[in-house]
Amino acid sequence: MFGKLSLSAIPYENPIIMGAVGGASLIALVILALITYYRKWPYLWHEWLTSLDHKKIGIMYIILALIMLLRGFSDAIMMRSQQALAAGASQGYLPPGHFDQVFGAHGSIMIVFMAMPFLAGLMNIVVPQQIGARDVAFPFMNAVSLWLTTAGALLVMVSLGVGEFSKAGWSGYAPLTERTYSPGTGVDYWIWAFQIAGIGSLMTGINFLVTVLKMRAPGMTLMRMPMFVWTTFFTNVLMIFAFPVLTVALALLTLDRYLGMHFFTNTLGGNMMMYVNLFWIWGHPEVYIVILPAFGIFSEVSATFSGKRLFGYRSLVFATAVIMILSFSVWLHHFFTMGAGPNVNAVFGITTMMIAIPTGVKIYNWLFTMYRGRVRFTTPMYWTLGFISTFVIGGMAGVLLSVPPADYVLHNSLFLIAHFHNMLIPGTLFGFLAGYAYWFPKAIGFRLNEEWGKRAFWAWFIGFYLAFMPLYVLGFMGMPRRLQHYANLAWHPLLIIAAGGTGVILLGILSQMIQLYVSIRERHANRDVTGDPWDGRTLEWATSSPSPVYNFAIIPVVEDLDAFTDMKEKGIAYQRAGSYHAIEMPKNSAKGLALGAFAFLFGFAMIWYIWWLAVLSALVMFCTVIARSSDDHVDYIIPASEVQEIEEQRYRELAFAAVNQSTEGQISPQPL
Amino acid sequence: MRTDALTIDFAHDRDVEHIDTFGNRAFGFWIYLMSDLILFSAIFATFAVLRHNYAGGPTGKELFDLPYAFGETMFLLFSSFVCGLAVLAVHHDRKGLVLLGLAVTFLLGLGFISMEINEFHSMVLAGNGPDRSGFLSAFFTLVGTHGSHVTFGLIFMAVIMAQIATKGLTEPVRSRLMRLSMFWHFLDIVWIGIFTFVYLMGVM
Repeated sequence: MFGKLSLSAIPYENPIIMGAVGGASLIALVILALITYYRKWPYLWHEWLTSLDHKKIGIMYIILALIMLLRGFSDAIMMRSQQALAAGASQGYLPPGHFDQVFGAHGSIMIVFMAMPFLAGLMNIVVPQQIGARDVAFPFMNAVSLWLTTAGALLVMVSLGVGEFSKAGWSGYAPLTERTYSPGTGVDYWIWAFQIAGIGSLMTGINFLVTVLKMRAPGMTLMRMPMFVWTTFFTNVLMIFAFPVLTVALALLTLDRYLGMHFFTNTLGGNMMMYVNLFWIWGHPEVYIVILPAFGIFSEVSATFSGKRLFGYRSLVFATAVIMILSFSVWLHHFFTMGAGPNVNAVFGITTMMIAIPTGVKIYNWLFTMYRGRVRFTTPMYWTLGFISTFVIGGMAGVLLSVPPADYVLHNSLFLIAHFHNMLIPGTLFGFLAGYAYWFPKAIGFRLNEEWGKRAFWAWFIGFYLAFMPLYVLGFMGMPRRLQHYANLAWHPLLIIAAGGTGVILLGILSQMIQLYVSIRERHANRDVTGDPWDGRTLEWATSSPSPVYNFAIIPVVEDLDAFTDMKEKGIAYQRAGSYHAIEMPKNSAKGLALGAFAFLFGFAMIWYIWWLAVLSALVMFCTVIARSSDDHVDYIIPASEVQEIEEQRYRELAFAAVNQSTEGQISPQPL
Repeated sequence: MRTDALTIDFAHDRDVEHIDTFGNRAFGFWIYLMSDLILFSAIFATFAVLRHNYAGGPTGKELFDLPYAFGETMFLLFSSFVCGLAVLAVHHDRKGLVLLGLAVTFLLGLGFISMEINEFHSMVLAGNGPDRSGFLSAFFTLVGTHGSHVTFGLIFMAVIMAQIATKGLTEPVRSRLMRLSMFWHFLDIVWIGIFTFVYLMGVM
């Protein structure tokens, strides 16, 4: 009836896990109770869970990403504190089996369930508004992507309390992940969480590629697209090319584990190196998938807050295109030591070094954008400056690692850990946090508190250096990654510093929580009535904050790269339309949520060998898709009168804001 | 480079907005097919790596029956041909003919799948299942992935036939039928790769 699942799957004997499970369940219960007490279920259902509005889907993605950031960061604290303690005679507080799960969960969560949803969320909120569209090309598929990603994340969370998570790291190398060596459910949790979320990501890629290519406002030629749109476009291409390979790698591993096949086993003709190749053919482009949109955000932020057009827009577009192409030609540098031979290694070493060239171009683009600009030091700008200075160090460490002989020495050491955290934290995370602060008023309607935002930045920035610079040194001292315990006491002081750095980063995360609390408390004072709180340059600032469901009452006509700046200069930015027309928008649908829920059940059933439930949930998913694809009435019409009412309200607020602001001597929009 | 053509299309009075939903769907489906092609290429690559890893088990030469595989190929190619005829009938608004064409396509596809299942079945019975060797794992997975695509295509086809029967050849139904036809031809192309790479080269 319940396959391998029994009550013994719950790790009662482990107080750390049970504490975490108890804490997480308690928070979930409190939230559910509050929703019930305030009778918010109908609101939640109609306005959020079943919504196909890209902006709301984007916000839900980011909420998911922030929750998973907390989870992934707790894992980081556990690893750093364990390594600060477990030197010499001490064994620390995490036994090896538990420690192995922690580092696997940390990597899996941060890449697939933090960076990916954060990226998808920002893309959802911003891209349609920047290209002057009403929604994405496929709004329903967009909701399916969100709920599949959530289902995957939920599987990882459930693995905490029911069974275990993979002890084989986030990359899950075979044959360690084969049934012979990992008979438990941990690897299966990892496989199904990745597989389900990966399919969601593939659909996001297709959706946004079509959106960007087909839904742009009139006049927006490819070379007038904002930089963020370009970078997400390249990211989508990478998703479409890379994710099917992950699907295959995981599917073949699944067949090995479930049906006893021999793809990656070390017996009966399996080839474990094939797994490593397949995994990194996805895995390397994946790091560009998460970093390119961040480059787009830095471009938007530096242009806006320098009050200047982006320097070398064309070169930035082409540099990003080159990175996109090169990212598929470097995967072998993850396993130079596999023994592919000096010539193969040399080729991949050189392609890896070449990536530094277009990336270097970008750094100069951002620097020259700021040069002689009237730079405003806001929170997003802080993240951007912190990124530029820190990222360069990580990039140089990467060029060092791309030299195969050097890699033979440094491979699998903490030097590598320091290197890729030095790329992903300043690159991806700082970028997304900059985007979070930059577009928060657009998505929610009020600005975030600047004081706490800057405090968060300084804590993250200093904490990052403290936590990761010692790891470079430790790598040179020969410390391998993923050690639960070590005997070499010379490493100990540096690991204590690194743990301290994690503590400082914790202060950064706390500052961000306080920032959110303070900003919500002061939301009336920080309301963004104009829709353009930063004197923005691109189309998303042309509409109100938060934007109406249809984004633009009249689709704007684009005549310049910085479309909104151009409109403001011509004095037509806030022009009132003569008349409005009816707008067609997608209706809500619970089917996306249902697909996610049953995908979760399917994954859970597969993990625990509950075959009837797996078949049942697959059938339900199948019927849901058929039902949806047979439905020809998926849109509703917003009548022109309602559009007019919403817009009139906006112009009243704009006029009021103009009066208020001009008395304060600020730049004011001129409603005509 | 002409890029204006890709932006949203407006009628002349700029009052009626027209988003080409069906065009977008066709384009999106093309992209999905390309991503599926990458999925197949990854499995092809795995097959290429494992194709001589017999582990003491049977080789392709011993297992494959070329005339049988050719029969399967004929079923699939003819089904695509008929599918093409059905799409032509759509352009002439001949609902009955479309349904007939799809029914024949369906039966030919079913013939293909039945032959494949029969082949798999006899191989497994003879002790040459996918768990016998790396080569056989790759063989069953590559051919089976194609076969499961064909099976989904058949279900997709049954749904479209039901829609044509109940709703008629409406705009949304036509657009789905076009995508089905794209999918069906795509599976043909993949099969030709499999026939050449797995069967022909396997018995060589």
